[in-house]
Amino acid sequence: MGELTERLILNVGPQHPSTHGVLRVVVELEGEVIVRCRPDIGYLHRGIEKLMESKTYHQCLPLTDRIDYLAGSANNLGFVLAVEKLLGIEVPPRARYLRVIVAEMTRISSHLFWLATHAHDLGAMTPLFYTFREREQLMDLFEAVAGGRLFPCYFRIGGVARDVPNGWTEAVREFCRTFPEKMKDYETLLTKNPIWIKRTKGVGVLTVDEVLDYGLSGPVARGSGIAWDVRRSDPYCGYEEFDFIVPTGENGDTYDRYLVRLEEMRQSARIILQALDRLPSGDIAVDDPTIAYPPKVDVFTKIESLIQHFLLVEEGIRPPKGEVFHHTEAPKGELGFYIVSDGSSHPFRVKVRTPSFVNLQVLSKMAEGRLLADLIALIGTIDIVLADVDR
Amino acid sequence: MSSEALKTAYVEEVIEGLPAGAVTGRESFRDQWAVVVRSEALGEVMEALRDRWGFRYLIDVTAVDFHPRSPRFQVVYHLWCHERNALLRVKTWVESDPPSVPSMTALWATANWHERECFDLFGIHFDGHPDLRRILLPESWEGHPLRKDYPTEGPDWDVD
Repeated sequence: MGELTERLILNVGPQHPSTHGVLRVVVELEGEVIVRCRPDIGYLHRGIEKLMESKTYHQCLPLTDRIDYLAGSANNLGFVLAVEKLLGIEVPPRARYLRVIVAEMTRISSHLFWLATHAHDLGAMTPLFYTFREREQLMDLFEAVAGGRLFPCYFRIGGVARDVPNGWTEAVREFCRTFPEKMKDYETLLTKNPIWIKRTKGVGVLTVDEVLDYGLSGPVARGSGIAWDVRRSDPYCGYEEFDFIVPTGENGDTYDRYLVRLEEMRQSARIILQALDRLPSGDIAVDDPTIAYPPKVDVFTKIESLIQHFLLVEEGIRPPKGEVFHHTEAPKGELGFYIVSDGSSHPFRVKVRTPSFVNLQVLSKMAEGRLLADLIALIGTIDIVLADVDR
Repeated sequence: MSSEALKTAYVEEVIEGLPAGAVTGRESFRDQWAVVVRSEALGEVMEALRDRWGFRYLIDVTAVDFHPRSPRFQVVYHLWCHERNALLRVKTWVESDPPSVPSMTALWATANWHERECFDLFGIHFDGHPDLRRILLPESWEGHPLRKDYPTEGPDWDVD
């Protein structure tokens, strides 16, 4: 039988509804079993790292939104923190707390999108309507505070763009208060659903050694029992002041990673509530005219502010010569920015270490020897965005 | 000692413990340490860092082009130690022409795609890599875009 079976080479993608963007996976099949699996990426490569070399630091910021377009603020945060480390500055407490609030809202929003598409790929359509209901509320909150929904660009080097509008904190508090209740809707549809369990339990098992060998991070690593969360292990933005659990799985399979991400959403809501309770008053950006933009109202009414704005737009900021690496816990895993500065107003080199690029590499390892139908579950469980893979 | 000071002390201890002939320089900026290692000794140093000093997690591999300086390329590795929560940057100058450094794929599977990306965008060869092909750009692409002498607009852009 074995020798008579012909191998079939199948292209999954680049345009396929369950590849979450333009990913092409070349699979070699023997019957329904995957013998070889080779992801082919690069369809969304936009040369963001090259573009950044010819822009000022402030101009780089809107580009970072577009790296992982489902978690725009998480990328902004990674970049502004790296530049601030390069400059050696600390932002005022209110800006720090606002950043935590918006970053955790982004995590919930990204995980909601993941849950919707992952479940949808595996044939469960209903969760999508529930999760998008909540995601829409978050999008409205982003719009209210930043003006943009997918690309908020709310964080600035040295602080945040503007203070929050009236009633915004109450709206966020209301969302976080009711959110755990709404999560029960998703859980009743999936957690004990026999089809869901059959499709996810024991699928794509990753051991601790494999996680370390493949450099995996985020929920993919935590699903295998490694409590590796940058917020806990290398705190930034004052995450050490918040009380939250880093959930981990035991079996390292698709089901455990599902549970980990669900729990992360609850924990994010907890963090936001704590941040709202302790939200300090005060400045929202550093008081340094060579770094932060002046408030817009001053630009129109005061000559000094107009000059400050003009100089920042024309010349940008000039960090000292040196190099830094800063990592943050983005919704999909560890997001790192490595910036080399030559002392000029443009970064000499920016390397964006995106979680999707690194995590996707393990797909072949997980898929080989399994059924073709599992490939769809595996692409979903890594939680990739192709813009994040290709940059 | 604060946790920050402990981390720094650990990284300093690690750097002291590396083979003496391998390290050509060290840098510290904003509480982050970097060691510059001779490229011939890279494999030995990385293996010691992984197995002896607990840097099991290779976060990232990338390169920097210092054109027109010579040597031109520097390959940069970021390593993380989960037990100590310590970060270490390992750098090596690429002295050979065509540029090449030893591949780390035997030590970390994750190095595979990182090195392919580096090859694709910088044209640096990684000796011993099992499958060194372009990864982000099409196979037929000419040139390596992250090199400093590669125009941002693309090679066939005519301004007139």
